[in-house]
Amino acid sequence: MAEPLLRAIDLVKAFGGLMATDHLSLDVGEGEVHALIGPNGAGKTTIVGQLVGELRPDSGRIEFAGEDLGALSPPARLLRGLARTFQISQLLLDDTAADNVALAVQARAGHSFRFWRDARADPRLRDEARRHLVDVGLGAVADRRAADLSHGQHKQLELAVALASRPRLLLLDEPMAGLGPTETQAMIGLLAGLKGRVTMLLIEHDMEAVFALADLVTVLASGRLIASGPPARIRDDPLVRDAYLGDGDA
Amino acid sequence: MAETRALRALGLIVLVALLALPAVAHFAKDPAWISLVTRMLIYAIAAVSLDLILGYGGLACFGHAAFYGLGGYTVAILFHHARSSEVLWGLIPGSTQFLVTVPAAMLVGGVVAAAIGALSLRTAGVQFLMITLAFAQMLFFLFSSIATYGGNDGMTVRRRNEMPGLDLRDDTVFYYLVLALLLLALWAGRRLVRSRFGMVIGGIRQNERRMAAIGIDTYRYKLAAFVIAGMGGALAGALMVNHARFVSPDMMHWTKSGEFMVMVILGGAASLIGPVLGAVTLVGLEDLLGQIPKWGEHRMFAIGAILVLVVLFGKGGLWGWIARRLSRGGDG
Repeated sequence: MAEPLLRAIDLVKAFGGLMATDHLSLDVGEGEVHALIGPNGAGKTTIVGQLVGELRPDSGRIEFAGEDLGALSPPARLLRGLARTFQISQLLLDDTAADNVALAVQARAGHSFRFWRDARADPRLRDEARRHLVDVGLGAVADRRAADLSHGQHKQLELAVALASRPRLLLLDEPMAGLGPTETQAMIGLLAGLKGRVTMLLIEHDMEAVFALADLVTVLASGRLIASGPPARIRDDPLVRDAYLGDGDA
Repeated sequence: MAETRALRALGLIVLVALLALPAVAHFAKDPAWISLVTRMLIYAIAAVSLDLILGYGGLACFGHAAFYGLGGYTVAILFHHARSSEVLWGLIPGSTQFLVTVPAAMLVGGVVAAAIGALSLRTAGVQFLMITLAFAQMLFFLFSSIATYGGNDGMTVRRRNEMPGLDLRDDTVFYYLVLALLLLALWAGRRLVRSRFGMVIGGIRQNERRMAAIGIDTYRYKLAAFVIAGMGGALAGALMVNHARFVSPDMMHWTKSGEFMVMVILGGAASLIGPVLGAVTLVGLEDLLGQIPKWGEHRMFAIGAILVLVVLFGKGGLWGWIARRLSRGGDG
């Protein structure tokens, strides 16, 4: 069997007395969509922080494409192919949608110590940025300021920015959060279109999205893995129903 | 905001007025005007360079006067050693050549900015502000204590630097040189903020976490911007010492750093042209209010009140206000 693209091995992270990540191991295989679900406070955000390098695990390690990520910074991890979207959009609100994406294209192209030529007039950046915007359905608003876009469009723009890094693994932190039913369907459609092209780790609350997209589902509760398997099995797991799905409001 | 025809016309009028100023001043038999506007333009260079980090980068640097003062002292110290024929540290001969002293000043400003920036850019926000302030005050006290170079009192530089083909002792020639350097700084600054580097700096101001998430190691870019700004501040200081033929630690005092910040914010941060406007307004107001009998003492109070009004009501400073007025007819 091929080596998984991402391996989290026995991660532990505590904040004071609270075990946010409790001996968690997780594999994401190349080409797979792996969903990570769990009720609020299950420790999903803490996992994301450790994977992207914003948080250091207390123990355990993270391997990406066979390499131990150790203490690598978030930019260094991005350059190895690990891109993420944010649950709460982190966009450059004064800049246009196209600027937001073009910056990610520019960052991927190497250093930005280029002081003279007008970046907005550089077709190498603009053309690709526009392609990514069209891909996520934002072609028509490419030249609008990010601040003037809707919440749903911000979520789409987050995705376009992440895709512009041409990631090997896309870490999606609640891409449906705050979306209405139509927007959620559109986002599910977008992600389904990416399936097979990009490996994804999907952190999500929306069960409909998870069961529509995921090849594998891992369930967290109180920082611990309580179940992992194909969606059909997770849906019927009594432990999972008890911890999470049974509440009815999920 | 798109540049409208009205803005371009205004720019052209201002440029023509600046070019015609010496002739007008001589005609009106009031050559002091030339000196006043020269001072405004030199401060404008310092403010424009600060705008790169304060305005575009969003880094509240409260120590820009350090680089301004270092530029000034470089010129003055090189002059001192050229006159006394003593070699500085047994290595560096003095010089009175503008084309040597000014690049040397910028080099010193850049090197010290690299050192100060390397340490202070590990912090952010108020901490960054306090650290840059502390470094600038350290340099202020250091230069206050060097008796060879005048200590607290500073020292005079008896003649302006020389430049082949130009008589810099002539105030009009010096004025045009300063004007040319300001225009050059504005042009280079405009290229810079629109370049890939400039896009990164603007991105850091808006959301540093986002920049890290797209693979940008922000520290290196902030440091580069800090060094460029330091070199700009040193250029302004080198010009001021040539203009005033005097250097003192006051050039590095924290109130001077504050004045530069006021110029940027009053004129309109992150616009390059705003800080020029801010410098002209602040120096102009100080001069004007200083001439009113009995008011001279209280002029900083009046300026403070004006600053409060601009910050409260004028989004984007004076330049933001003008640009909004003029572009209303252009693109609605």
